[in-house]
Amino acid sequence: MSLALHLPALQVVLPLISAPLAVLLRHGGLAFATVTAAAWTAFACAIGLWLQIGQAEGGVISYAIGNWPPPWGIEYRVDRLASFVLLLVSGMAALVLPWSRASIEREIPRDLHYLYYAMFGLCLTGLLGITITGDAFNIFVFLEISSLSSYVLIALGRDRRALTAAYQYLIMGSIGATFIVIGIGFLYLMTGTLNLADMALRIREVENTRPVLVALAFLTVGISLKLALFPLHQWLPSAYTYAPSAVTAFLAATATKVSVYVLIRFYFTVFGESLVFDKLPLPQIMLWLSLIAMFGASAIAIFQDNLKRLFAYSSVGQVGYITLGLSFDSVNGLTASIVHLFNHGIAKGAIFLLIGGLVIGMAKAGAVPPAPTFDRLAGLAKRMPLTSFGIVIGGLSLIGVPGTVGFVSKWYLIVAALEKDQFWLVGAILLSSLLAVAYVWRFVEVAYFRAPPVGQEARCEAPLALLLPAWLLVIATIWFGLDTSLTVGSALDAAQQMVKSGR
Amino acid sequence: MSADFPVALILIFGAALIPPLRGAVRRAYMLLLPLAAFICLLAVPQGMHGQVELLGHNLVLMRVDKLSLLFCYIFLLAALLAVIYALHVEDTLQHVSGLIYAGSALGAVFAGDLLSLFIYWELTAVSSVLLIWARRGEHSAATGMRYVIVQLLSGLFLLAGGLMHWRATGSLEFGQIGLTGTAGALILIAFGIKSAFPFLHNWLMDAYPEATPTGTVFLSAFTTKLGIYALARGFPGTEELIWIGTLMAAFPIFYAVIENDLRRVLAYSMNNQLGFMVVGIGIGSELAINGAVAHAFADILFKGLLFMSMGAVLLRTGTIKGSELGGLYKSMPWTTGFCVVGAASISAFPLFSGFVTKSMIMSAAADEGLLLTWLVLLFASAGVFHHAGIKIPYFAFFSHDSGIRCAEAPRNMLVAMAISAALCIGIGVFPRGLYSLLPFVVDYEPYTASHIVSQLQLLFFSALAFAVLMRTGIYPPELRSVNLDSDWLYRRAAHGFATTFHDTLTKTRAGLAAGIFAHAEAVIGLIDRQRRPGGLLMRSWPTGNMALWVMVMLLAYLLFYYAGNGHA
Repeated sequence: MSLALHLPALQVVLPLISAPLAVLLRHGGLAFATVTAAAWTAFACAIGLWLQIGQAEGGVISYAIGNWPPPWGIEYRVDRLASFVLLLVSGMAALVLPWSRASIEREIPRDLHYLYYAMFGLCLTGLLGITITGDAFNIFVFLEISSLSSYVLIALGRDRRALTAAYQYLIMGSIGATFIVIGIGFLYLMTGTLNLADMALRIREVENTRPVLVALAFLTVGISLKLALFPLHQWLPSAYTYAPSAVTAFLAATATKVSVYVLIRFYFTVFGESLVFDKLPLPQIMLWLSLIAMFGASAIAIFQDNLKRLFAYSSVGQVGYITLGLSFDSVNGLTASIVHLFNHGIAKGAIFLLIGGLVIGMAKAGAVPPAPTFDRLAGLAKRMPLTSFGIVIGGLSLIGVPGTVGFVSKWYLIVAALEKDQFWLVGAILLSSLLAVAYVWRFVEVAYFRAPPVGQEARCEAPLALLLPAWLLVIATIWFGLDTSLTVGSALDAAQQMVKSGR
Repeated sequence: MSADFPVALILIFGAALIPPLRGAVRRAYMLLLPLAAFICLLAVPQGMHGQVELLGHNLVLMRVDKLSLLFCYIFLLAALLAVIYALHVEDTLQHVSGLIYAGSALGAVFAGDLLSLFIYWELTAVSSVLLIWARRGEHSAATGMRYVIVQLLSGLFLLAGGLMHWRATGSLEFGQIGLTGTAGALILIAFGIKSAFPFLHNWLMDAYPEATPTGTVFLSAFTTKLGIYALARGFPGTEELIWIGTLMAAFPIFYAVIENDLRRVLAYSMNNQLGFMVVGIGIGSELAINGAVAHAFADILFKGLLFMSMGAVLLRTGTIKGSELGGLYKSMPWTTGFCVVGAASISAFPLFSGFVTKSMIMSAAADEGLLLTWLVLLFASAGVFHHAGIKIPYFAFFSHDSGIRCAEAPRNMLVAMAISAALCIGIGVFPRGLYSLLPFVVDYEPYTASHIVSQLQLLFFSALAFAVLMRTGIYPPELRSVNLDSDWLYRRAAHGFATTFHDTLTKTRAGLAAGIFAHAEAVIGLIDRQRRPGGLLMRSWPTGNMALWVMVMLLAYLLFYYAGNGHA
């Protein structure tokens, strides 16, 4: 079937077309329908690609855009890792978009709705494009598309601080993107190609030259900024806190994850493990930065008063686990990273969606939802039992309680640490979970063990349209915690493919 | 039902259906759950069932053998009794968490590998803490937090030890582990926390008296006995356990004597009973293991019974301080009677359950020629009689009339206590039934002349001393407001010793703590300053600052790369 052959192109092109269409339609409802349809088709494409990968020779699908064969033309290249990330990104978009219809009603002025959908479509395009493309410069282009649209999305938040947060993210994101393009420029200079696979072959001859090392440094810092690796995470908490709820949920579940993907792509596919991990002290640096993130950011999270901000800091901590897995430079370590990328995506997505429902449930009809600060959350379990319980389950996953997805990722991290005979790291991983216990506990205590403020005892559960998608994700965090065949299976395949290609 | 179905899930998932049910339907349903689990269990033959694969490991969810079955029966029985005891409570949180807790303890007993053991282990911790928080006060919130942190820590030790064990042996099977290497030590610490080893025990005295009246009954049955089961499975015949157990049996006595909160007295006495079991496991002979698990079985019943009677007192009078109670036998005759049965059992009177089980451990110790251990256990037995056998019923129900007049305990509580009491006596009179369930074939006769005579001597001399002191008036008139324990013998001898013992310990601890607290306060102060608006933790960083960090990172990477790569 010819359509099936063009899935890689459709994957990106459909959301890309949906965005200008949404602008031209100038109508919230129609824009919603267009972008959502595009997101769902993209999700279908991702599933299709995932199925195709299983049969594809060598587990790679290569698609030449415009029939210009690589390395001259732009190549879309789907391997196991890319297909897994595509699933996550398009799946989250397919879920968050319908959710956001009810939520932006209250958070974004009505005449801006169609623009919101357009930006969402663009952001989705960018994230999918980064993942699927096999061309270094194309990565940069899509990165800019996703970043610029996400600045706008964040700035749509009702809180006035959303604007500063978006502005700050804009500055930082631009610096990051600049670094990335400088890095890519160096690589182009030294290898004469922009195709990643081609670049990986040619870089072997020049891998000890200074420009290549400089390129690695620029790329590492640039991407670390995008994925909020400590200490370059400072843009993230404010951006997540003040953005509209739907945006927070979508970006938290996908944006940093795609950045991690880019990092893995450059480290393992382009530079190769032997350069990155064996010759340079990168694993050590990454290990320590990850540890600082796991402990530092989680500790800061404990003291936050705003629930969104608390979980934003927790995201920084959780990114630490992902990069920790990378630093092991082993199949199990990489598996842990990839699994956690997915697992944390759905758990955090669930939490932010539930918080979004929570603030809307708390607001009076027609009013702007208040910030979810702890003093407003007292006795929440009585008022919104389902929302509270969902957040607790998401929190348990962040802690890594068995039966949730968080446990699966931590298990592989621990196995990877044991493989290296790093027993102290096992201790560190387990200890850092206690910090997660502490910040999740803060929510539990306030929601379950404090009496609701006088006059606010009535049930005010979030609307079903908000609750349903969120609970789908909550169930997914348990489902994939028990049945790991899809997640761990894909991640293991992807990790093996990556490590093989890097050697 | 298939043998592969994990019975524990009946309780765990069954508990999830409780919230929508109301009234009589809910009560009937809750009673049905342990019974249903029991019936399912009858159909399961011995062997390894329920093998599933998780994370690339073969897990055994249903290892059914005599040891696990024995603990399973008593856990189900305890769950049933605790449910009956809690039937009058209208608190969904307690019902759900209590049954999930019982179910996860059951699952842990059947776990045939360390990973599923760990999973259930953590589940018991998380579900049981809710029983403490269910009392809903500042104090119980703090206690619960301490409790759950200790319990989770125990799980972490288990996970770390289990993983190292797996690395060393290549198998996750939960069988004999033994104190070899770091892995064994870590796992022993994990089990030791649950079984309340000396210095790892504080959570027990801290938490059990703080739970709800019905919650404590749940708590007393499962956590520590799960620890005993795990020890019996993983560390039988580990010599260190003999000494640990001996210490455990002896030292809580002193604390129990000077304690005023009667439920806390029971917590100390529980620790002391656990000491007997740990000694038995440490000896490791067939008789000793039999004795240890049989005593665990009996202890769940009589300690449960004692906690139930104290819970009834707390429920009706609102206090559980020995100095504020007294004379309750007039108001609560049935409760008094049941409490006395429990007291007689724990003191190991002949024809009561404690006698037929504890004497097995004593005999095993004697058989092995462990004179010191045997003497300490003898001393501990006398101590038990005094603080649990006499002090508990005496201060609560007799003593000098406190003037409190209250209603008899609710009927469901009385039923639960009656069943427990009947079982205590039944086991004492017909020990063969229990003996046939034990893991090894029993060739032991508790009712020999020498056993009975020596035990009665011990008990009667204690009682005689008590009676003589009362009669001759040396027994001091009550100073209820000041003293914790108005027993002349203790005031002059044991109490003085205990107080000194306690004081020294407290002083050393206080000295250490003062140093630690001084530093901790400084740190907390620092953190507190930083979390205020504008502090380091709350600040949104200025953009320039962030950009600076980017430059720093870039420079750092470049430097490291050049240094790491030599001169390329």
